[in-house]
Amino acid sequence: MKTDENEKHHIIPYRTFLYVLAILILLTLTSVTLTQISLGAFTVAAALIIAGIKSTFVLAIFMHLKFENKMFSRAVCGVILLLAAVITITLLDYLNR
Amino acid sequence: MSTQKTFEEPSYLEYKGKYKGIFSWILSTDHKRIALLYLFSLMTFFIVGATLGLLMKLELIAPGKTIITAQTYNAFFTLHGIIMIFAVVIPGLPAVFGNFLLPIMIGAKDVAFPRLNLLSWYFYVIGVSLVLISQFTGQGPPDTGWTFYAPYSFRTTGNMLPAVFGAFVLGFSSILTGLNFLVTIHRMRAPGMTWMKMPLFPWTLYATGWVQLLATPIIGITLLMIIAERTLHIGFFDPTLGGDPILYQHLFWTYSHPAVYIMILPAMGAISEIIPAFCHKTIFGYKFIVASSIAIAFVGYFIWGHHMFTSGMSGTALYTFSLLTFIVAIPSAVKVFNWISTMHKASIDLQTPFFWAVGFLFVFMIGGFSGLILGALAANIHLHNTHFVVAHFHFIVFGGTGYAFFGAMHYWYPKITGKMYDSRWANTGLIIFFLGFITLYGEMFFLGMRGMPRRYYDYDEIFHTGNIFSSLGAIVMYFGLAVIIINLIASLKNGIKAPSDPWGGKTLEWTIPSPPPVENFDEIPVITKGPYNYK
Repeated sequence: MKTDENEKHHIIPYRTFLYVLAILILLTLTSVTLTQISLGAFTVAAALIIAGIKSTFVLAIFMHLKFENKMFSRAVCGVILLLAAVITITLLDYLNR
Repeated sequence: MSTQKTFEEPSYLEYKGKYKGIFSWILSTDHKRIALLYLFSLMTFFIVGATLGLLMKLELIAPGKTIITAQTYNAFFTLHGIIMIFAVVIPGLPAVFGNFLLPIMIGAKDVAFPRLNLLSWYFYVIGVSLVLISQFTGQGPPDTGWTFYAPYSFRTTGNMLPAVFGAFVLGFSSILTGLNFLVTIHRMRAPGMTWMKMPLFPWTLYATGWVQLLATPIIGITLLMIIAERTLHIGFFDPTLGGDPILYQHLFWTYSHPAVYIMILPAMGAISEIIPAFCHKTIFGYKFIVASSIAIAFVGYFIWGHHMFTSGMSGTALYTFSLLTFIVAIPSAVKVFNWISTMHKASIDLQTPFFWAVGFLFVFMIGGFSGLILGALAANIHLHNTHFVVAHFHFIVFGGTGYAFFGAMHYWYPKITGKMYDSRWANTGLIIFFLGFITLYGEMFFLGMRGMPRRYYDYDEIFHTGNIFSSLGAIVMYFGLAVIIINLIASLKNGIKAPSDPWGGKTLEWTIPSPPPVENFDEIPVITKGPYNYK
């Protein structure tokens, strides 16, 4: 097992945080703008894709996932896949009624 | 494993810490003391829940009103369910034996977050208190059953909010315990204890930890949605507000089916410790048992829909959930075959914990097979919401988790208390309990197959004889429970001093004194061999 001494503490410059903040605000505005346009069946998909991109930035930069041991990234991906599987199975009911 | 050493520290029971009296318990961050806090509170709630169950069975001994009114009966089965599920069997083995033994079995001095561990217990007590408060305040006790099904749960005049919020708080306790165990297992195993050298009880706690961490938030959000619906009239589940009642069932069971594995996986872990210890033999198929634990935790996520076969789901969903339900039986069967193979040609030491383990196998198999009957779509239509389901559920949850809990209690009692119990009384209690259990719940299978619905206060005369047997079984079982519990309590005073390894076990907890010292180990052991190194 890895000990604490072997782990590096990564310091992210403030500038990076500001860039990410700007991207998040931009994506939020995009999300709001999209609600004014009728995308039909893709409305929810578009909102979820934008939310997914925002979450990825938060996880990778603000929550340091990009700089941590790969095991944590894999664990997060596993959880997302699990959630996707649960939603897919639920949709087997809703889409086939 | 490491050899017995001289320990200079006092035991965790004798240790004089910063606080005195009751504060040395309720403010302690020692995982062993927290485990006993859980044990004491959990057993108290268990006795309350069991008494409610007994009163319900006494009511059902004859058709019509016998001892309680219909409304009280509805309140009793709701409270019995909430207490037994959320306050007893879900925390059961992880909170009590997991807390006490996990750090010791992996060679650590405590869990990763001792204060968080104590906070979990406070959440637990607050959650149960809220549930109990709901019984005595507002416009009458909740009467929805432990499932809080919509739309009834937001239309009933029963005092739902404290009960629902109590279950929500209990969820926090579960999440924090799961998180603590996951981090402890990842970060604090003794040097040399690779994943494949870890005992099976910690392995099942690991699988359980993931289920607690990932599934419990779903029920938390769902319960908050009920509160929002009742107070703010937001339409999540109420069709008149644009909601979907079946969505509630999906969300509820997405947690509550994996919760069955929170209950049963640590129970399987305890059985996996007891059987090799009394067979004095290495467990058969260690790696397969590990893999089956992970497989149960994983597949268990995807089978919630088998609780909803009559709810109006699509045909595609019905077939999928039925198929997945049959698949989850495979890893459970792998475990059973491995336990039996371990017993094959072993010199078995017939002691009380082993009897509990064998009892577990017997009732768990009946519960498992009846689960497959319920997993078949056509049979389910006939048996849904009958006493057959109640029988299946109690064979699995009480028969599985309950037997394993008492097995674990009798196995680790000498380690926890430093005293031996009276085996004759323990075995007598077990026999009485077993006979009562089979009579009480076995009869329910037949009542259910003949069409007696669950959660009904009254019934037709044709079910009378079966109910008499079932109710008498409840009285016998309750008496057996009393013998078991009184014997364990009396042995605290009268029991002889326990040696460090009374059963000849090989895992790390048997290398330290009984009861364990405050920090478990003077020196962290170095692990060079597997956990079941019997010659």
